[in-house]
Amino acid sequence: MEPTHEPESLSPPQIAAIRRSMTSGRMALTRRGLLRAGGAGAFALGGLGALSGCGIPPAGRSGVDNASDDHSDEEKKVNFSNWAEYMDISEDKRHHPTLEEFQRRTGIAVKYTEDINDNVEFFGKVKPQLAAGQSTGRDLICVTDWLAARMIKLGWMQKLDAANLPHAYANLAEGFRSPDWDPGRAYSYTWTGIPAVIAYNKKATGGRKITSISQLLEDPKLKGRVGMLTEMRDTVGLTLLDMGKRPENVTADDYDAAIARIQKAVDRGQIRRFTGGEYTGDLGNGDLAACVAWAGDLVQLQLDKPQVEFAIPDAGYMTSTDNLLIPNKARHKKNAERLIDYYYEPKVAAKVAAYINYVCPVDGVREELAKIDKDLADNPLIIPDEEMTAKSHAFRSLSSKEETAFEEKFAKLTGA
Amino acid sequence: MSATTAAETAPPAPPPAAPAGLRKAARRKKMVPYWLLLPGILWLVIFFAAPLVYQASTSVQTGSLEEGFKVTWHFQTYWDALTEYYPQFLRSVMYAATATVLCLLLGYPLAYLIAFRAGRWRNLVMILVIAPFFTSFLIRTLAWKTILSDSGPVVGVLNSLHILDVTSQLGLTDGERLLATPLAVVCGLTYNFLPFMILPLYSSLERIDGRLHEAAGDLYAKPFTTFRKVTFPLSMPGVVAGTLLTFIPAAGDYINAELLGSTDQKMVGNVIQSQFLRVLDYPTAAALSFILMAAILAMVTVYIRRSGTEDLV
Repeated sequence: MEPTHEPESLSPPQIAAIRRSMTSGRMALTRRGLLRAGGAGAFALGGLGALSGCGIPPAGRSGVDNASDDHSDEEKKVNFSNWAEYMDISEDKRHHPTLEEFQRRTGIAVKYTEDINDNVEFFGKVKPQLAAGQSTGRDLICVTDWLAARMIKLGWMQKLDAANLPHAYANLAEGFRSPDWDPGRAYSYTWTGIPAVIAYNKKATGGRKITSISQLLEDPKLKGRVGMLTEMRDTVGLTLLDMGKRPENVTADDYDAAIARIQKAVDRGQIRRFTGGEYTGDLGNGDLAACVAWAGDLVQLQLDKPQVEFAIPDAGYMTSTDNLLIPNKARHKKNAERLIDYYYEPKVAAKVAAYINYVCPVDGVREELAKIDKDLADNPLIIPDEEMTAKSHAFRSLSSKEETAFEEKFAKLTGA
Repeated sequence: MSATTAAETAPPAPPPAAPAGLRKAARRKKMVPYWLLLPGILWLVIFFAAPLVYQASTSVQTGSLEEGFKVTWHFQTYWDALTEYYPQFLRSVMYAATATVLCLLLGYPLAYLIAFRAGRWRNLVMILVIAPFFTSFLIRTLAWKTILSDSGPVVGVLNSLHILDVTSQLGLTDGERLLATPLAVVCGLTYNFLPFMILPLYSSLERIDGRLHEAAGDLYAKPFTTFRKVTFPLSMPGVVAGTLLTFIPAAGDYINAELLGSTDQKMVGNVIQSQFLRVLDYPTAAALSFILMAAILAMVTVYIRRSGTEDLV
């Protein structure tokens, strides 16, 4: 390689060194180096191309053919995904009596999987298939109302055939009939109602009763020993009620005011943690003196820890629901509908309610439950009485923009 | 005699032009390393490179779940994420660094003991080090909640010795409790990643030739000088590997902060999780992941340069 420019003031050894440096050493312009650089450049360009080709298509599937080829008649089975401990179970923990009864009666085998642990995680798990219009391998799923609403809005769920649901239609309790996100229950039927109320540990509060959100947020004696739920609608909803607002028609300003109020409590160190279902351990051993809690957990917890008490705030409480839905491309839609209908027979519903202890949405279950266990039938956390029903509230369904904005503010509140 | 030696020492004559079959075999032999690499490379392309490209793309998209996300080269997301969540970034680095130092302080003596002094107990102690891996990470962390509970023995003892008063003054704990404080999160991180420190330390200590210690003694080095001049420098690859294996996963961890911490102890992993799953702001979650990755890469590069063990990686 001929050097093109060599300053004349340099000594011959320096010139030699410069020449050398062009052909050998670190900065040498060798063919291999050029190739490597070229390769890296090409890779980078290709990478950019790949990047811009990557977008995520709209997740909605409305206006597309989502109906399943129903194989219910040839294949006598149904795949049911549910939460853990959300079904009656035999003493030896191996059988689900009501599911087996269903199989005996109809010949349909239920593949029961407890693979839903968390709404947001489950959504992340099934999103790729459902957004692409593919089957998830599930015929029946159980998710909380706001997620059910989102999935219906995205066009991911199938309309139910009322002809297969006579019991469900007749026995669905009045309060569950027409949520604003699924009027007339075209897509979903309720599995359980989930009241979010106040719970406290008598020992940890020194025998004092905790009956309002104001106490949770502002009582200095509870400092650092208050828990709230990571479920935004329950935590913020209860706070709104305490402020005299209705979660049924919450505005952005109301929401911000409630968040600001909880934020104050967080800043003062009043609140120990925002938790999911794992608050029961903390409440039982007194690390949490008082918290927002789900009623069904409390019925179970009180059996082990009699010091745990619950209170229905005078301002009212939040009820959310877990709902059964049939996703797009489910192979056994009719079988799934028959399974939903089966669980709306009061006798069957009572067996499940006796085990899982959440609010049962089936009319006429009280008498059947009384035959199994009189105490359970009288427990307002399982069969709410009129006075309690009157205090129940639900969070209004949110547009996706609102939901993102609300969740983001709530996430900030919880520190992430 | 001399003729045969000459024949033996002479370089073998260049082979005559190899027949086609042999050449093919030679070429095939040359390809062997590439074939051996193939499964690993495929794995990396499918499970590392492709997701990375996808993630990079996500980080510069804008949109929403319903409208879909389009690549708009919106690099602003990075800046917004950084300015919004820098406290969690700093906290992650601080917690991870503290946990790494604690792991080194706890792990080095133990690794030293296993390598040089454990004798016939060596295998047993090794098993004890690895045993926690037989249960899940989550269960182990939940167990800590029981151990450190407010009414539990640990907090009781620390309170009666007034140790929690001191840590509370230092801002490490809050009042008379241990859970839901920075100290609990750092302790959880230290506990969960300790074996990742001990194992590489052990493997590099164990390779040290015992005669070097004797030689140092013969040259009148005191035990501590022997350690400082001989053992520790020779164990540097283990120290570097151990600190990396501890620091990197600890910086991205979110389980410990979630279960043992409170709102003020959330780390960047918690933010990524909540942005991705709850808020459904995929671009911000992707950008945060990239920033974390870049920050760790930069820190690790500086660290390896400084510690002079480039040949390690």
